[in-house]
This record gives sequence, structure tokens and C-alpha cells, in this order.
Amino acid sequence: MFILKFLIRNALRHKLRTSLTVIGIAIAIVAFGLLRTLVGVWYSGAEHSSASRLVTRNAISLIFPLPLSYKDRIRQIQGVKAVSYGNWFGGIYIDEKNFFANYAVEPKSYLDLYPEIVLPADQKAAFIRDRKGCIVGRKLADRYGWKVGDMITLRGSIFPGQWEFVLQGIYHGAEKSTEERVMFFHWNYLNETLKKTAPRRADQVGFYMIGITTPDLTAEVALTVDRMFRNSLAETLTETERAFQLGFIAMTEAIVIAIQIVSYVVIVIIMIVAANTMAMTARERITEYATMKTLGFGARHIAGIVFGESVFIAMIGGTLGALLTFPGARWIETELSQYFPSFSVAPATVYLELLAACLIGVVAAVFPTWRGATIRIAEGLRRIG
Amino acid sequence: MESPRPPIVVIKDLNKSYRRGSQIIPVLNNISFDIDDGEFLALMGPSGSGKSTLLNLIAGIDKPDSGAISVGGIDITSLSEAELARWRASNVGFIFQFYNLIPVLTAFENIELPLLLTPLSRKERREHVEMALHMVNLSDRMDHYPGQLSGGQQQRVAIARAIVPDPAILVADEPTGDLDKVSARDILELMERLVHELGKTIIMVTHDPRAAEKAHVVRNLDKGVLNNVHT
Amino acid sequence: MGIPYSYSIRNLWTRRLTTVLTASGMALVVFVFSATLMLAEGLEKTLVDTGSYDNAIVIRKSANSEVQSGVERLQASIIGSQPEVAFGENGQPLLAKELVVLINIPKRGTNKPANVVIRGISASSLLLRPQVKLMEGRMPRPGSAEVVAGKSIAQRFQGGGMGETVRFGMRDWIVVGVFDAGNTGFSSEIWGDVDQLMQAFRRPVYSSVIFKLRDSSSFEEFKTRIESDPRLTLETKRETRYYQDQSEMMAKFLRILGITLTVVFSLGAVIGAMITMYAAVAQRMTEIGTLRALGFLKGSILAAFVLESLFLGLLGGSAGLFFASFMQFITISTMNWQTFAELAFSFTLTVDIAFKSLAFSVLMGFVGGFLPALRAAKMNIVEALRAG
Repeated sequence: MFILKFLIRNALRHKLRTSLTVIGIAIAIVAFGLLRTLVGVWYSGAEHSSASRLVTRNAISLIFPLPLSYKDRIRQIQGVKAVSYGNWFGGIYIDEKNFFANYAVEPKSYLDLYPEIVLPADQKAAFIRDRKGCIVGRKLADRYGWKVGDMITLRGSIFPGQWEFVLQGIYHGAEKSTEERVMFFHWNYLNETLKKTAPRRADQVGFYMIGITTPDLTAEVALTVDRMFRNSLAETLTETERAFQLGFIAMTEAIVIAIQIVSYVVIVIIMIVAANTMAMTARERITEYATMKTLGFGARHIAGIVFGESVFIAMIGGTLGALLTFPGARWIETELSQYFPSFSVAPATVYLELLAACLIGVVAAVFPTWRGATIRIAEGLRRIG
Repeated sequence: MESPRPPIVVIKDLNKSYRRGSQIIPVLNNISFDIDDGEFLALMGPSGSGKSTLLNLIAGIDKPDSGAISVGGIDITSLSEAELARWRASNVGFIFQFYNLIPVLTAFENIELPLLLTPLSRKERREHVEMALHMVNLSDRMDHYPGQLSGGQQQRVAIARAIVPDPAILVADEPTGDLDKVSARDILELMERLVHELGKTIIMVTHDPRAAEKAHVVRNLDKGVLNNVHT
Repeated sequence: MGIPYSYSIRNLWTRRLTTVLTASGMALVVFVFSATLMLAEGLEKTLVDTGSYDNAIVIRKSANSEVQSGVERLQASIIGSQPEVAFGENGQPLLAKELVVLINIPKRGTNKPANVVIRGISASSLLLRPQVKLMEGRMPRPGSAEVVAGKSIAQRFQGGGMGETVRFGMRDWIVVGVFDAGNTGFSSEIWGDVDQLMQAFRRPVYSSVIFKLRDSSSFEEFKTRIESDPRLTLETKRETRYYQDQSEMMAKFLRILGITLTVVFSLGAVIGAMITMYAAVAQRMTEIGTLRALGFLKGSILAAFVLESLFLGLLGGSAGLFFASFMQFITISTMNWQTFAELAFSFTLTVDIAFKSLAFSVLMGFVGGFLPALRAAKMNIVEALRAG
């Protein structure tokens, strides 16, 4: 088709200028994509959490525990299918840099409540049997090269001391999105040790996890639990797992919003650069546009040529950027793993990137198109040499 | 030269001024004259006398402040922009001082350009283009880009582009202005052939007295007013 | 003889649209660059100012913050009897045993809850923190359910204002005063009587012990002694260092993010500058040829074009910095990842940041303009004159 041939040749006229523009757009698109992915990672915890499991914690704040005695009373509430409990342990593996989540949980009930944690039957049995046993997610095991049978030592920060565990199992997530970087060990191990070293802190849990018989009972059960413990020594706050995660994320919302804004800024910057390029290009070709008008081509045709070239160049840059986003994400995953252990690019992000590139091409062409299409022929012809 | 056919261009009481900033500069002052079918007209005059403006008006790429121009029986001053564009495509051929070829298109493609606005098929367009190329003696260079052609060759491509839609009139603005003596002579001879063999009407603005010699009619334009000199 | 710099400046003025567009791109990059640096600076400044160099803070070993820490009464007394503790005017030791917990309070307006620090203070606590000044009202009476709130809490959180009530630990606590702690972390805290709070939260242990060093240089000795004592499972830091460590992870994250982004953005801006300058050179070929023919040296041509590009960068950089300086009116309030506590801080512009930003923008101009300037300088005179 003539138009396409014309566009390509025009784009190749100034190879340096076109390459620079394409590279600029590609870089911007990669940055855009990676930032969007970052925002996605931020919210991913919440997105993949359940809306049919409830979390019960101390109403004052997360740092206050709940008595173990609450378990039986919660269990008896109508609509409750299963109850598990645990503590955020916050242990450090060698160095603060090696951050990963570790929890002391009641193993059997917890694993029952979390079918997405998949463990071979023998490993599960071994873990439940061994009070000092622990299980870790596959990604975590890969990261540190742990194998079943290894001894893992954590330095306690909330519960001081050196804590030793035997790795009894490595789990993987039932879905691609399931968290595979967490370590779980026996709550009893924590509790028995506390009874000896800091008895005042024993028999207390950090949170209860509640499984509901049918999902539409979640709101009712949550209210019942909280009502049950109101005006007691430790008042509770019960919400769905998802609400809990979202609440957490909301606390760092300011940063996330800033990152989102920045991702749009990057597009604006490159839009300015592209607009500048197109404006210069169009200015240089005014005489050609005027000539074509004398031949009988209308404003419509000229507009098509200018727009076409701009979008064409932008899409090349956009495609290049979209392709480069993947290795970029992989680099982040390996080099910045302490902040972002998981950084994978969603298909939606790629579509968004291409859309952004198209938008860049369109916006950059607006002013030059208007100029080129409306130029009065006599004036355009006069601008020679 | 007289011709029994009616004049192809009729101009009556034409006025045109330009605005530069806050000033209004009058360029053409009540111009009236006719151009015969098959006439080779040279418009001459000092710089700033309005020759190019007059040419632009006749060619329909500019509009007068007042007055009427009719070309081939059509009053072009009453046409809208869109209608003018369509009219130009099939009725006017342009030849510019600096050729104004599209650098990224080959000679063939440059000549083909005006035909893209017509409903002709690819094969038909090819036939027309090859005929035009033959007419200007450049059939062997059809796949060359303007950058690969000399000034004279580029102008010949431009002329081929001008005649390929078989227009009623050809307008030329200083066609030999950028050419050396030999090429200029070739171009003028070509233009003569167009008039004699194809019966084209050519309206040419020029400084060049040798160009004027080839014309049938020479008119002088000075400060927006027309005088007459016949050859 | 060199080409006068007015040549460079006037050329920028002639191609106004292009100059504005290119400079805008650079301005935006510098804006992000300086804003990020300002943010990290603001965060660090907030936390660093929060402590005094001459104060030592003692927490449980391996606890990363006061919130995670627990200091038994006995251990606190032992610290109290150390020789390094300074004494106040009235002969009392300048030492405070404090309790620090987090509670959930909803914010005004959005109703979203955030973790707020409640600090149980003792008599010397205010003396240990000269940055804290009571703005309104009075300090809580010992033995009463009264609290004072930091300015940031009073403004942002429900029930935190003067005369209002906050509910926790099954009691209602009246805010009898508001204190101003400047830009420090204390502005995001609520203070109350330590004994009352320990009772309310049923915590029989303190979180930390803070005291003023009688002789600031004796800190190391103190540290060695305390940390090697097998009876005590404690560690100690200078207060300034303690707060600096609290922001380390976040400040580092902000800096890395900011610098990475800026580098990426700057590539875009530099490319923009390059395209502009190449086009400028192409457009002015005849001019350049003329200048060379007149006798100006290649070096002068190079300098003139590089200068033009540097001005472009400076223009963009100044604009970007100017707009970034307005960010100082904005306060960010977010949760500190290391302490889980709410923290409010603002963008802080320093001379250092301003200088860095302008230098960065000039650098962008240089990088973008050098190659095109080189092309201009190396042009063949005859070809240049014949062009255009």
C-alpha cells in the first residue's frame, strides 16, 4: 500500500533522528511497564488473599496478642468451620537483608485452612510430627539452597534468642500467584520455650485464622466474634483476610500513589520529546506538504501522513519497549530481590504499554498535523531555502 | 496568434493584497485579461511586482480579494477549498523553480502521485506514467530518487508530473531559475513541444529573457498593473 | 576569538517552540530528580532530628525498635544506676523509662486506620527532648487518664485534637495538651503517663530506657559494658543513630527508586536534547559554513553549540527546581516499614540538592549537545555553504 511505503521511507529519512526517538520511546515504555508492575506487586498480596477466611487480632493493634483461651470460644460460633492460630515471629536469617516472612502456627489446622499450600504427604506428616520442624516455600528454598533435612537458625527479634529448626518440607503454591517465600514452624515450639524463658508471654497468639462454612456468613461471623470479646481484656477486630491485607497496604498508600504518578510522568516526558521531534520534522517538510496540496491532496491526506509517521515510529518504540520489559523485570527480580522477590510482568501491563506508545504517537502528532494540514499553499511554497 | 476557440482563462477586475503584521500591502490592482487556449504566456516584471501571486491565483492555490477568474469555463473563485483541491488535481499542472519533488519517492512514484487521486487502476496509472516519462525523455531513470538526478533531470520529472493528469493549463514559476544554460534550454524546448505537439496552455512567470523568447505572448507586470508586449 | 555567547542564547530564542519543548522535558526530569532527593532527605532529617547525640537509648538485644523491645524493671534499674547517667538541676537523674506501643486510630477524613505510637513517659522524658515544646494545654497528670498529642496526630487523627478523646485499653483518654516537635518523629506520637499505660495495656515491662550522657564521649565504654553483661540482654545506641537506623530501609528504597527513575528519565531528556541540537545544526549549515569561512575556528563552533545545549539544560533545570521547591509545602504521611508506625515527613530542599539538580541538568545538556556540536565543528566549509 502506498501510504505504508511512504511512511516507512519518510521515517528512514533521518535515520539518526528516528533511531533516537525510537530508543527514547522504548526506554520510557520500559520504565512505565516496570513501574506499573511495581504497583501491581504492591497490591498483589491483597489481590490473592481470600475473601472467605477471617483474621482475628487484637483491636488495639497488631503488636498486642490474644489469649489462647479464645480458640475454643471462637470454634463454637455458628458458621465457623475451623480455627487456626499463630504469631508473626519476625526472625532474622543471618542478616536483616535476608528478609522473609516467618510464622509460628498450629500446623495441622493451619494447613487445612490453606489448601493452596501444597506439600507432599510424607513431608506434611514429618512436619507435623517434629515439634522443631519447619516448612518453607519453594522460592525461598531455591534462594538459599535449602534441602529437606537442613537445619535453619533464626535470630529472634520479637522473641529473643537463637532458634533452630529442621527443614521437614518444601511446599509449592497451588496457583501461580500463591506466595512461596514464607516459613512456617510449630507454635508449640515457641510457646513451650516461652513458658521456660518468659512465662508471662506464653499462651498468647498473635492472630486467629477462621474458616467459614459458607462465604455469605463472613460478615455475620466477624461481628459475632468481635461482639463476643468486647469489653474483655483483649478486644478483637475480625475482618476478611483481604480486608486485612488491604488495610496494611493502605498504610503505605502515599508511596504507591507517588509511584503511579511518576509512571505517568515518564510518559509525559517522552511525549514532549516525541512532539518536539515531530514538530521539527513537519516544519522541515512544509514545502512538500504544500506541493502535495497543489497536486490536489487534501488536508485529510496530509493529516494522515503526519499522524501515520508519528504513530508508526511510536509503535516501533513501544514494541521494542514492551519486549525489553521482560528482561528488565527479571533483572529486578535477581538484583533487587530483598525488596522485590517476585517481579513478573502481567499481560495487561504489556497491552497498557502498547496503548501508551500509541497515545504518545497520537499526541506528538497533533500540533504538527494541524500545522501541516492547514498550511496555506502559497505560504508553504514560499518557504523554500 | 489567433485561435477561433474561446479563451481558456478569463480574468476580470482581479485584486489582491497581503497583510504583513498590521500593514496591508496591495499586490494586484484591477487586473483583467484573457489567455487563449494553446497559448504560451510569459509573465515578466521586477521583483515584488505580483507575478507569482497572479500565477497562484490562476492556479487556484490562492484566493483573490475581489474579481473573477474562470478557467476552462469554470469560475474558480466561487469554489470551496475542497472543491478547488479536486479541481486542481485534474485541471492544473505545476512546475516550480525548485522542482518540489518528494525526496523519498522515485521519479516514477513522483510522477504517479497525482494519479493516486483518480480512480485509475494500477496498470492504467503505470501506462500514463510511462507515457509521461517518454515525453520528457527520462524513461531510463524512472527508478532513481531525486537526489540521484541532476537539476535538469529533476525538472523534467516535475514536468512529467505536471502533465500526467492531462490538465487544462500548466503553470510554471521560474522553471529555469535554478538551472544552468544547457539544462534551461532543454527545459524550454520541452515546454515548447508541449504547446506545439500537445496543444497545452502554459503560463510561465520568469526573469529569464531567453525563456520569454520562447513564449507567444509576453505580459509585463509592474506594481500590480499589467502592460502588454507581444512577440 | 570565540563566538560571543549571545549567539547561543539568541538562537535558543529564535526557535522558541523547540527550546521550550526540549527544556520542558529536562525540567520534568530535574523535577523528579530533586523531588526524590528532597523526599529522602526529608525522611532522614525527620528521624535524625528526632534524637539527640548526647542521649543513649537502651533496648532489648536484637529488637529492631522500641515496639519490639522489652526491658524488665530490674534491668531498667540497673541501667539507672550506671555512672554515665547525667543528673539534672534538681539532682534527679536525667533518665526515663518508657513504654512504646502501637495502636490503631482512624484518620480524619478518610477514616482509614493507621498505627500510631503511644509512648508512656516519666518525669524526665520532656527534659530529654529539648526539641519538643508544649504548644497548647499542659502535660498529663501522673495517675490520670490523660495524654498529650503531637501536632501531626492532632491534625490528622480522629480524637487526637485538644480536648478530644482517644479510646484504647478499655478506657477513654482525654487529650489535655498538644506539643510541637518540629519535623521530628515525635510529632506523630501520643504521650501519656507510663505507669497508667503499662496498667492499661497490661505490660509489666518497659520498652526502653533513655538517658542523657554525663560525658558524651563515655558512650563507647557504656556500650561495651552493657552489651557484654550476661545478666542483661540489652543493647544500646546513641539516640540519633537509633532513629537513623529506623529510616534506613525506607530512605534507601526511596533513593534507589529515585535515582533509577531519574537515570531512565534523563536518557529520554538527553535524547530529546540530541534530536533538537542535531536539527539545529542541520538547519544552520550555511551559517556555520559562513562563520568558518570568516575565520572562526572549529573549537569556537564546538564551544558555541555546546554552550547552547548547556543553556538549554540550565533553563530546564532551573524550571524543574523551581517547581520542585513548591513540593516543600506537601507532607507525606505513611507507615515506616521497619517500625510499622505512622510517620509524617515533608520534602526538604537543601543547597546541596539544589546544586546537584542544576549540575545534573547542565550535564544532560552537555551529553545531549556534544555529538551534534562535534558534527557542526567538523563540517566541510564548502559543503556547508552550498547546502540550503
